[in-house]
Amino acid sequence: MRLTPKPWIVSALALILATLLAAPPALAKTEIHFWHAMTGQLGEAVNELVKQFNESQSEYEVKPLRKGSYAETLTAAIAAYRQKSHPHIVQVFEVGTQTMMLSGAIYPVYQLMKEQEIKVDWKDFIAPVVGYYSKDGNLYSMPFNSSTPIFYYNKDAFQKAGLDPAKPPLTWKQVEEYAKKLIASGAAKCGFSTGWPSWTMVENMHAWHDQPFATKRNGFDGLDVQLLINKEFGVKHIGQLAAWQKDNIYSYGGRAGAADPKFVNGDCAMYIQSSALIGGFTRGVKFQWATAQLPHWGPPYNKATSIIGGATLWVFKGKPAAENRGTAQFLKFISDTNQQMWWHVTTGYLAISNSAVRNLEAGYHFKKNPDQFTAFAQLTKGKAGPNSQGLRLGNFVQIRDVIEGELENIIAGKKPAKQGLDDAVAKSNDMLKEFAAQNKQ
Amino acid sequence: MKRTVFKSWWLPYLLVLPQVAVTIVFFFWPAFKSLQLSLFRVSPFGDRMTFVGLDNFTKLLADPEYYQSVVNSFIFSTGVTVLSVAAALFAAALATQRIRGLTAYRTLLLWPYGIAPAVAGIIFLFIFHPAYGVLPYFLSFVTSYEFNWLLKGWVALTLVIAATAWAHIGYNVAFFIAGLLAIPASVIEAASVDGAGPIRRFTAITFPLVSPITFYLVVLNMVFAFFESFGVIDAVTKGGPGQATEIMVYKLYKDGFIGLNLGSSGAQSVILMVIVIVLTMLQFRYAERKVTYS
Repeated sequence: MRLTPKPWIVSALALILATLLAAPPALAKTEIHFWHAMTGQLGEAVNELVKQFNESQSEYEVKPLRKGSYAETLTAAIAAYRQKSHPHIVQVFEVGTQTMMLSGAIYPVYQLMKEQEIKVDWKDFIAPVVGYYSKDGNLYSMPFNSSTPIFYYNKDAFQKAGLDPAKPPLTWKQVEEYAKKLIASGAAKCGFSTGWPSWTMVENMHAWHDQPFATKRNGFDGLDVQLLINKEFGVKHIGQLAAWQKDNIYSYGGRAGAADPKFVNGDCAMYIQSSALIGGFTRGVKFQWATAQLPHWGPPYNKATSIIGGATLWVFKGKPAAENRGTAQFLKFISDTNQQMWWHVTTGYLAISNSAVRNLEAGYHFKKNPDQFTAFAQLTKGKAGPNSQGLRLGNFVQIRDVIEGELENIIAGKKPAKQGLDDAVAKSNDMLKEFAAQNKQ
Repeated sequence: MKRTVFKSWWLPYLLVLPQVAVTIVFFFWPAFKSLQLSLFRVSPFGDRMTFVGLDNFTKLLADPEYYQSVVNSFIFSTGVTVLSVAAALFAAALATQRIRGLTAYRTLLLWPYGIAPAVAGIIFLFIFHPAYGVLPYFLSFVTSYEFNWLLKGWVALTLVIAATAWAHIGYNVAFFIAGLLAIPASVIEAASVDGAGPIRRFTAITFPLVSPITFYLVVLNMVFAFFESFGVIDAVTKGGPGQATEIMVYKLYKDGFIGLNLGSSGAQSVILMVIVIVLTMLQFRYAERKVTYS
């Protein structure tokens, strides 16, 4: 007897076969987990960026996840790493650079790119940005959101005080002089205020005036580092802030962005804060304002470049090669010129490749938005030296905290500048020693 | 009192097991971990641990900043406790009078407790912040005094004490209202008949009779202020200006979670634990003698 398959079985099999052929099972995309700390508008920009990447190819899917503040994101990533459930990529702020570099947990970006044979022209990147995150000329983490402090001023108040709104002060002496006029004319209650006090007034002022912040080339050359902020320049500048505080020429407004309202509501006519605030000010500030480069004390100090702040993307090691490939492609995607331009225009953070900057210039972006150019000019037009390539310190988060605590003591008049800075240096040096001991190989 | 006898020997153990398990997992295990961490120098990623004996403790005890945080903690928790217990007793005494809209009034008194500490901090920020607060704004019309607690340490400390105490008043009020209502009206009436005025009635009768509750609340508020006041400080001052509002638990958080110095942070939590245990024991030993349990 011949076995004849029943017709319905045949058709059923045919149907199954047809479905299989017609729609090959969708290959599960490889997921790349990306933890970050961006909120609000910036968080949306991150999601948009990731969406663009996911749509640009079909193999990988980047999954962004906000884990809280910078510090919280780092802590969460460390806890996850210890449980072996870490993401592929984590965003870490610039002060965590040394901790990450020495963690033994990371896959340096230059190495990842080399092993995945993905070419990125690192030379095309703005030196002060890449330098901050490189060791021996090799880039360890992918610059993501970078900014630098710049000078903001209220043009309406300048006008009211009889100052030329097209001529921002170039020196600290002028800042003082303008502040007096602004206050005397009733155009403002206070001269200037500052955001991120340690970053703008100590770290950047040292770099901007070509003064060392710490020994060993600001920590780039080793772990036995000591701070140098209690020297002549530091004492002079911080002492001046404390003196100005008495006359409202300077008006201290707290840490991080706590002083923003002082400028936004018109109390202080001048403000030093991150260049990344341009976007927010454009939407939120009611009066006419403009930006300028940071004021300088003039000779005998050289004029160098300022240094950056912000965060980079670190890649964790211990992931399969196939997933690392996706990570590498995502980083490559971010570094692309067009992506850089989009990121800069959308968020106000710096575009970090020279070709992106050139394209923005060619497209009249900077002509139309001259304020957006200030930061670039400040980072690239000056003479970069060993004092302005960045800071590489362990326990830097705590050190910043110590410095800001002592700044408050000095500005409140509780301690003379020299003593406050001496105390900050002594405490920071202990922390640097502790970090060196923790990381003894 | 009736003594319960279980038929099988294992049943009582089984019944307390969940509680014991919770206590072990959430209290003893972390406490043990802190004790362990406190003896090591730990790299941020926890991959390198070096035994350092009591180094973390000796370093802390040689650090004037640490003493400052201990002093701050005592000022802070005493301030919070006195303020919130006293204000709560006062409010509860009013809320147990015969007044119109009593229920609404009582409910309103309990409200602040429903607010998370961090949110309470934010509310205080919006009222008192020198740059965008409502109060300094109106103050600037009448006086040139600048209410700048961003630089004045004692003002900042007063502010976080007030915010924390405010957030905790509702809890205390609930206890006091219950306690006050439990006082038999006949006792008070008898006192009135004997010619005692409201103040005398309060000091001679009401206060002694609510003293067990007061005592309980003092202990609880003290411990609360030592351990759980993190939210307000983080939202309002972040320990500043200088170090003026850095209490022990905040320094611990900063060193451990921001500074990633887990060894020192472990040592700090051990010290904090010891202080709170001693404090509670002292209070039970000495303060309890003055308490009248009816």
